[in-house]
Amino acid sequence: MFNELTGLRQKVGNFPGVTVDKKSGTAFLNESTEIQVVDLPGVYSIYPKSLDEQVVTDILANPQHPDYPDVAVVVVDGSNLNRNLLLFSQVHDLGVPVIMALNMLDIARQQQLEINAVRLSMQLGVPVVKINARLGEGLELLKQAIEKQIGRSVTAPTLFFDPEQTLNSPEQDMTGLLADVRQQYQLTNNYIAIQYLIQHDGFSFLAIPQRVKLDGFIEKYHFNELDFQAKETIERYKRIGEVVKNVVTDKRPLGQSTWSQRIDRFLLHPVWGYAIFALILLLIFQAIFAWAQPFVDGIDAGVAWLNGTLHESLPRGPLTDLLTDGIIAGVGGVIVFIPQIAFLFLLVSLLEESGYMSRVMVLMDRIMRQFGLNGRSVVPLISGVACAVPAIMATRSIGSWRERLITILVTPLMSCSARLPIYTILIALVVPEKTVLGFLNLQGIVMMGLYLLGLTAALLGAYLFKVIIKARERSLFVMELPTYKWPRWNHVGITVWDSVASFVWQAGRVIVAISIVLWVLASYGPGDALEQAENRIRQEYANRSTEEIENRVASERLESSYAGLFGKVLEPVIKPLGYDWKIGIALISSFAAREVFVGTIATIYSIGGVDEDNNTTIKQKLAAEVNPETGGPMYTPAVAFSLLVFYVFAMMCMSTIATVYRETKGWKWPMIQLAYMSVLAYVSAFLVYQLMK
Amino acid sequence: MTNRKADVRSVADLKLGEKAVIQSFSDQWMSLKLLEMGCLPGTEVSLHCKAPLGDPICLNVSGYCLSMRKAEAATILVE
Repeated sequence: MFNELTGLRQKVGNFPGVTVDKKSGTAFLNESTEIQVVDLPGVYSIYPKSLDEQVVTDILANPQHPDYPDVAVVVVDGSNLNRNLLLFSQVHDLGVPVIMALNMLDIARQQQLEINAVRLSMQLGVPVVKINARLGEGLELLKQAIEKQIGRSVTAPTLFFDPEQTLNSPEQDMTGLLADVRQQYQLTNNYIAIQYLIQHDGFSFLAIPQRVKLDGFIEKYHFNELDFQAKETIERYKRIGEVVKNVVTDKRPLGQSTWSQRIDRFLLHPVWGYAIFALILLLIFQAIFAWAQPFVDGIDAGVAWLNGTLHESLPRGPLTDLLTDGIIAGVGGVIVFIPQIAFLFLLVSLLEESGYMSRVMVLMDRIMRQFGLNGRSVVPLISGVACAVPAIMATRSIGSWRERLITILVTPLMSCSARLPIYTILIALVVPEKTVLGFLNLQGIVMMGLYLLGLTAALLGAYLFKVIIKARERSLFVMELPTYKWPRWNHVGITVWDSVASFVWQAGRVIVAISIVLWVLASYGPGDALEQAENRIRQEYANRSTEEIENRVASERLESSYAGLFGKVLEPVIKPLGYDWKIGIALISSFAAREVFVGTIATIYSIGGVDEDNNTTIKQKLAAEVNPETGGPMYTPAVAFSLLVFYVFAMMCMSTIATVYRETKGWKWPMIQLAYMSVLAYVSAFLVYQLMK
Repeated sequence: MTNRKADVRSVADLKLGEKAVIQSFSDQWMSLKLLEMGCLPGTEVSLHCKAPLGDPICLNVSGYCLSMRKAEAATILVE
């Protein structure tokens, strides 16, 4: 809905917790009126159950808040009127001018429910606008209603549920309590006064002494919050029931299940449920590896061709070298992965859109609990396959802090799309392209194995953290299962486009910058070290063929350059893992963002080799690299798998560290995470290399 | 958390497809969340399906589907 109103493209999904933070944008009501639209996280009631829900009351109970609305549009799901009216009536009682946007009437109709919107509006005394957020219908009417409501002067509403009238009793002096709170904070609204009492610990706008004062009132009047909330909810539903009876015609035949429920019986089946889930995951990996491959090959060849052509047609010189060996080699290393990332995001967003994701939460909750996680942790873990940053933000919907923290700590172990380039190139190098069992691609299976390795590590890690992190906190799972919906292709398209674009721009910028720096570091050395190295080689090998001399000169120059020196310093540390100083350079440069690895390797080997024919792909360059000690290829299976395992576990992503810092509000957890993942990566890579060597 | 006296049944004891009317809750903290989700005393619920390992379960409450853990369901007492 927010997207339609503002023209912005925000992600929407068919499961609770998609909007985990407020988002704002602007829209035009008419030619002259511009409005600021703020989208708040979806909630069931104004009593928050998790962090993402807290922001809602924090804004709505505080008229001084910069985001406090002139008009609140409450989108109500018509197919589930009772429950949606609960939140609506609460927002209404906070004294915010409201408009009800009645949505999903098509689904209500499918369920044989007819809602009389005019009568509903009269019963509640608020404007009701019928919309269809999926199709973008009713937008004009909504804008008109907003315009009218803005001009209206705000009068104190009659409360849908007035705690003073409804719950006053000899045991509980509500009148006295509310009068005290109202007077203390200059409030006119009884319901806001109640929110002050119940929720003051979560209100960022109240200073500590003010909160203590409220605790005093609670003490004085023996106010029982839990008891009150229970009574409030029951009272509200009682009134809502009366309203709904008057406005809804329910023609549902009794006892018949909807088609959504029939699908559930199949997808949540004891045997089929898991089989289907496993099949869907397998399909995703096949798609990423096998189906995207033709596109990948095409782009790879195109980049190599461009590089070769430029090399031939441009005049020789440092600038041409910088462009071809530095920038194009580095950027080419990234754009070849666009097809795979697009496929990944396409399939994950299809799962989200259809409503299957919430079923996965149900399927996995029992298993996840063994590891100290929650069924809801599945969403961060699965979206972690795309990118850990949004995945870690999605953990806000997990109510228990401990389960949330554990999920945050292990989510980066899920192989994100930035690791995909590294996996692809190394697998292609050492795993033969073979078909097994008739339809499965061997490379695809190895790829899936790496993802499973990450998943296993995430689950085992979670189990360890569960033992380590103690907290007496109750975990909660209760959750609504949305009905299945046909994916909205424009939303899927937006998600795919946004992800690919942000990958290319964000990763691309870093990679161009690092490529340039790296090219400079690799082409120049301290003083005249490079010239000395070249002269030494030319003298030593004066009687060899020109080609061999040129080759030796190139690699000797690289070794004496700044980059070579850095790599050499690192070599003793990474030698046990099977890496040489060239890989060392790539490891250092990919520390900020792991996807830089491939670009770096491409740049290094472009500089290190002198083959006149620049028309080679990265893969060919890697395959041609010779280990100077053994004389065999540098990238033996042992080295490649050691590198693969290293990247499965290593926390090489500045954005993730920054996100964890933001979400856990401190450096403690991101540092612990960085430390344990680095140790894990180093030790595992060491073991793999030593065992396979 | 669970209340397992012989004569008191909870939603966790329902068989697949069985219907029951909510009577009360045995856990106040839990009851707040359940009330907000529409599980009110007097409402009819039916067990719609179970996750493969029998936990969590999915309930049909006034026309929509609610999933919860078995331990959570055990706090909803039925007549």
